[in-house]
Amino acid sequence: MRIRLVARPEPSRLAKWGSPLVATAAVLAIGFALFSAMGRDPWHALYVFFVEPVDTLYDVGELLLKASPIMLCAIGLAVGYRANVWNIGAEGQLVMGAIFGGGVALAFHGAESPLVLPAMLFAGVAGGMLWAAIPAFLRTRFNANEILVSLMLVYVATLVLSLLVHDAWRDPEGFNFPQSKLFTQSALLPILVQETRLNVGILLALVAVGAGWLFLRRSLVGFQMRVAGLAPAAATYAGISSSRTVWLGMLIGGACAGAAGVGEVAGPVGQLLPVVSPGYGFAAIIVAFVGRLHPVGILFASLLMSLLYLGGEAAQMKLALPSSVTGLFQGTLLLFLLAADVFIHYRLSIVRAPAPAARAA
Amino acid sequence: MDHAVQLLLLTLAAGTPLVYAALGELVTEKSGVLNLGVEGMMLVGAVVAFIVAATTKSPWLGVAAGMLAGAALALVFAVVTLTLQANQVASGLALSLFGVGLSAFVGLEYVSVVIEPIKPLAIPGTPDLPVIGTLLFGHSPLVYLSLVLFAAIQWFLFRTRAGLVVRAVGESPQSAHAIGYPVVRIRYLAVLFGGACAGVGGAYLSLVYNPSWVEGMTAGRGWIALALVVFATWKPWRVLAGAYLFGGVTLAQFQAQALGVEISAQYLSMLPYVATIVVLAVISRDAATIRLNAPASLGKPFHPDG
Repeated sequence: MRIRLVARPEPSRLAKWGSPLVATAAVLAIGFALFSAMGRDPWHALYVFFVEPVDTLYDVGELLLKASPIMLCAIGLAVGYRANVWNIGAEGQLVMGAIFGGGVALAFHGAESPLVLPAMLFAGVAGGMLWAAIPAFLRTRFNANEILVSLMLVYVATLVLSLLVHDAWRDPEGFNFPQSKLFTQSALLPILVQETRLNVGILLALVAVGAGWLFLRRSLVGFQMRVAGLAPAAATYAGISSSRTVWLGMLIGGACAGAAGVGEVAGPVGQLLPVVSPGYGFAAIIVAFVGRLHPVGILFASLLMSLLYLGGEAAQMKLALPSSVTGLFQGTLLLFLLAADVFIHYRLSIVRAPAPAARAA
Repeated sequence: MDHAVQLLLLTLAAGTPLVYAALGELVTEKSGVLNLGVEGMMLVGAVVAFIVAATTKSPWLGVAAGMLAGAALALVFAVVTLTLQANQVASGLALSLFGVGLSAFVGLEYVSVVIEPIKPLAIPGTPDLPVIGTLLFGHSPLVYLSLVLFAAIQWFLFRTRAGLVVRAVGESPQSAHAIGYPVVRIRYLAVLFGGACAGVGGAYLSLVYNPSWVEGMTAGRGWIALALVVFATWKPWRVLAGAYLFGGVTLAQFQAQALGVEISAQYLSMLPYVATIVVLAVISRDAATIRLNAPASLGKPFHPDG
């Protein structure tokens, strides 16, 4: 008797939406085992990690604040992933958005105009798109793998930012620290809920999620991109241009990540620093998959991811656990998700007698 | 002259982690599996090797542990993609993200620990030869091992029956399966081999090249190794050449400082990444060559039941 995987005639919807829950449960179980192994009371540790970070209004504000850039990046990536355009450089596009948006903020430092913020957003989106245009161009013109190019550009973008804050854009009164001047009021996003740090960036993220849903579900171009992802050959026969698909997938991802970068420097960061994001662009890849490349799924998955960041910080402060446990949980979540996804297309079947055909493999 | 010899030595040293990682990935890809988790496997190999070397005081145990750690991570990837049929691109990304998180987590307490590095081979009587002696005998044993690995892979893939089977599995798993070869088992072994190599590459970084543990110390070398395999059009000797070429590029930073060139360190740090992008674009431009050389089933899942 042995267990075999048998293909389902149709993909299972239950498995598709159940596997993120299974993966989340698996992360909780791993956390329980890990905290026990490290000699902590596991129930208390899980409470500190997953519940305490959101038990006050301020904390809920923090949850939404951190979820905003992740949500923005993830919805942009999801559009590309639907079309098999593998942009994994959202982190770099986010940094470029921060550089372009931050550059506008510094150029108009002290200006009172209400146009500063829109100009920053515009510049940041353009910066993110520019950075995403490089892999799109190299892929469509030179056939270069967009995964590797977009990832290499993450390192380049980070170095460009480092160069700027160490040199040209360094605050002359900043005691030689590698940082820009603090942005003035007109370059900071207004606070949405008093007594919290939550700013209007979350509204931008929610609008992007809504727009993403409309684009994928209700527009012809979005439909064509989904076809290109599901059945590339059919898409070619139907006359859907594959280079347009690549360009759109990349540029939408870059635009969203660029906006997220502006949201960070015009929000909780408030200036340009050598590091403006704790890996939101990479976390967004996980969120896109956990959210099943679906806008509503992404909404919930980015809240979960944000909670993992807050939990890591809380675990560091209150339990003296390393905050890098966040990264460990993030990776575990995605691995378990992909493993659980097997049940979308397959089911388990118990074979009692050896099958007639040679099944040596 | 001394300077040139020194530079050559450094280039070999800088290229070696790429040789290990890229050769391992080459074998994995030859069997038709695309594992984008090289960066994660290298990092975990580096941190585990360092921890074992620091606690046992034996760097060679460290190398062995790094190798096993890389293979263990590769096993996770193999189970998810080969048994559970998950998308290879997504799973490889997941493995890299997981490796980054895991290595940072387990390595935290070892960040400022100092260890005894692996010493260069000392063959009695040889170092007296001026230039040739230094060039031939002045390296870490792991550098020589990487050359042995290269020769072994070249021989295995193109001169043995088993190597032919691996390549056949990468070209057409359906045909290999029909003849009766265990496609999934062969792919498992190729993936594990790739992970073990990436682990050794990581161990080389943390035990020889820069004897220490720093979070994210591979600095994208795993991704560059992936690009090298494309650059090499899946030929081992071109992997070797490419690895040393990129090793040389990473040295530009130190060279410019030595020569007193006034340029921001960041520009020079960008070089390996920019060079990777440019080389990738130049090589990939000829789509026909890539299609001809790439294993035909690369990245496509295979289920024995069809």
